[in-house]
Amino acid sequence: MTDKILMKGTNALGEAAVQAGCRCYFGYPITPQNELTEYMAKRMAEVGGVFVQGESETASINMVLGAAASGVRAMTSSSSPGISLKQEGISFIAADELPAVIVNIMRGGPGLGNIAPSQGDYFQATRGGGHGDYRTPVFAPASVQELYDITMHAFDVADIYRTPVIILGDGMLGQIMEPIVLNEKPKVKLPPKDYILDGAKGRPSRIIRSLILDTREMEAHNWKLKRKYDLMRKELPMWEEFMTDDAKLVVVAYGTAARIAKGAVKRSRKEGISVGLLRPITLWPFPEEAIKAVAKNARVFLVFEMNTGQMVDDVKLALEDNSRCVFYGRPGGEVPSPMEISRIIGRHWVQKEL
Amino acid sequence: MKKVYTKPKSLKDAPFHYCPGCGHSIIHRLVAEVIDELGIRDKVIGIPPAGCAVLAYNYFDVDMCESAHGRGCAVGTGFKRAQPDKIIFTYQGDGDMAAIGTAETLHAANRGECITSIFVNNAVYGMTGGQMAPTTMLGQKTTTSPMGRRPDVEGYPLMITDIIATLKGAAFVARHSLATPAKILAAKRSIKKAFEVQMQGLGYSLVECLSPCPTNWKVTPVEAFKLLETRMEKEFPLGILKDVTKKAKG
Repeated sequence: MTDKILMKGTNALGEAAVQAGCRCYFGYPITPQNELTEYMAKRMAEVGGVFVQGESETASINMVLGAAASGVRAMTSSSSPGISLKQEGISFIAADELPAVIVNIMRGGPGLGNIAPSQGDYFQATRGGGHGDYRTPVFAPASVQELYDITMHAFDVADIYRTPVIILGDGMLGQIMEPIVLNEKPKVKLPPKDYILDGAKGRPSRIIRSLILDTREMEAHNWKLKRKYDLMRKELPMWEEFMTDDAKLVVVAYGTAARIAKGAVKRSRKEGISVGLLRPITLWPFPEEAIKAVAKNARVFLVFEMNTGQMVDDVKLALEDNSRCVFYGRPGGEVPSPMEISRIIGRHWVQKEL
Repeated sequence: MKKVYTKPKSLKDAPFHYCPGCGHSIIHRLVAEVIDELGIRDKVIGIPPAGCAVLAYNYFDVDMCESAHGRGCAVGTGFKRAQPDKIIFTYQGDGDMAAIGTAETLHAANRGECITSIFVNNAVYGMTGGQMAPTTMLGQKTTTSPMGRRPDVEGYPLMITDIIATLKGAAFVARHSLATPAKILAAKRSIKKAFEVQMQGLGYSLVECLSPCPTNWKVTPVEAFKLLETRMEKEFPLGILKDVTKKAKG
């Protein structure tokens, strides 16, 4: 099917989940992602799936754990304060090596913050988020189409690596409507789910647990997870490059910030500035190699985030040279215009004599 | 010779690690006997808690999924909704059920989730070393209520089972004690009933077992079993608090 239809971000995400075979959704209302919860309430009923409005985010993520351990594709969604509450469950799901998809439509913070688009949860998403030594793949789509395609991909990634996967959007991406093509889900070879609990019929009983009291066994489990994360670092990175070939200055931005940055890059190009955009699509694993490759020609990296500077750390780590990296941020839900970012680009262009 | 007593098939061949005089081993056995008698071993998924009984999966020979502290009924909801034909039980202590997991427990019961909770009430946090529990009795000394529980400072023991019995989604709610063999057998009858109610799809079922913790009560096992009758049963009256199957018969 190639016909385009107009769809809201949250609804596209929900529909992609349904098309990816998600049959259990558990959630708790929080703005700005309620439309997704409402969409799933309707769609799960239509496809004979499970929808439960949990009594809290904590309960919802633990319901996801039970459904995932049953072998069913399961999802929950929330926004920043609610995602904090889910961290306990995400840590358990990572430890248990169960697949799950967790959507965070970020809002301004910290605390209750506000309900405007923000990117304040980058650290929480990319550093594991909960307690213990674990990571989760994090996808940061920048359009409704990408939200649709990436959501389907996220369920496969969760199953292949048996891991919780985070889809990180913001209030803007969730609320915008764009024409999209409902692409068919790519066929992916998945490992058998030989870990699920469905009653020990004709087989020895199984245990799913994260308690490992023996320190050597616990260490072995941690190294096993580490090997899995290393494999993800190799296999999962995704990014988009825009006009980077001859760029001396490269803007690094993701999600909504990247859309704004793309407009700014086009604007600055018209003024004769050799600027490009590198947009990480996976925030963890971070596309380090892409940064390194672009850094062979580009001299300065301008990191733009809708926060006070979080991803900038990962760019500096990839560059291994802090002096080449500058930052511009708008935290708290303020969404700048492409013109504002192009002015920042122009300023650095002049200051660094590029 | 007729065999009159044997290890339930639903228990693994592993010696319990529990302290001498602890009630967990008795309750494990009762649950395993019920699973055997109902012939449901290959349909059961058990959810042990955080606490002494987290290692229940080393003993029960059924599929088991550990839960975070207090989240048993939420995990159980996930399992049951994903696999409605399976039989789900949570095994929870007083802190798990009535402090950190109060919300998960009450709302699962209120939704009428067809799962069964085995609630082990020993009025103390066992695994962590004898701190005050939501069900610690007035005057009872624990490591975090060293002066004895005072109502004006630490509040009152929480009657979670009585609260759950008021919920429309709860189908069978009972409180029992392990104080004597007769009372243990009565507890077993209710555990069986609780599983049957679940299998009939009638709603949430809960069996509370007043259980001794001689280690943290700092008494001998014999004294602990006496305290169940002289102290705990006075604070937590025994009985079947709710049974929708009785009501249906009029």
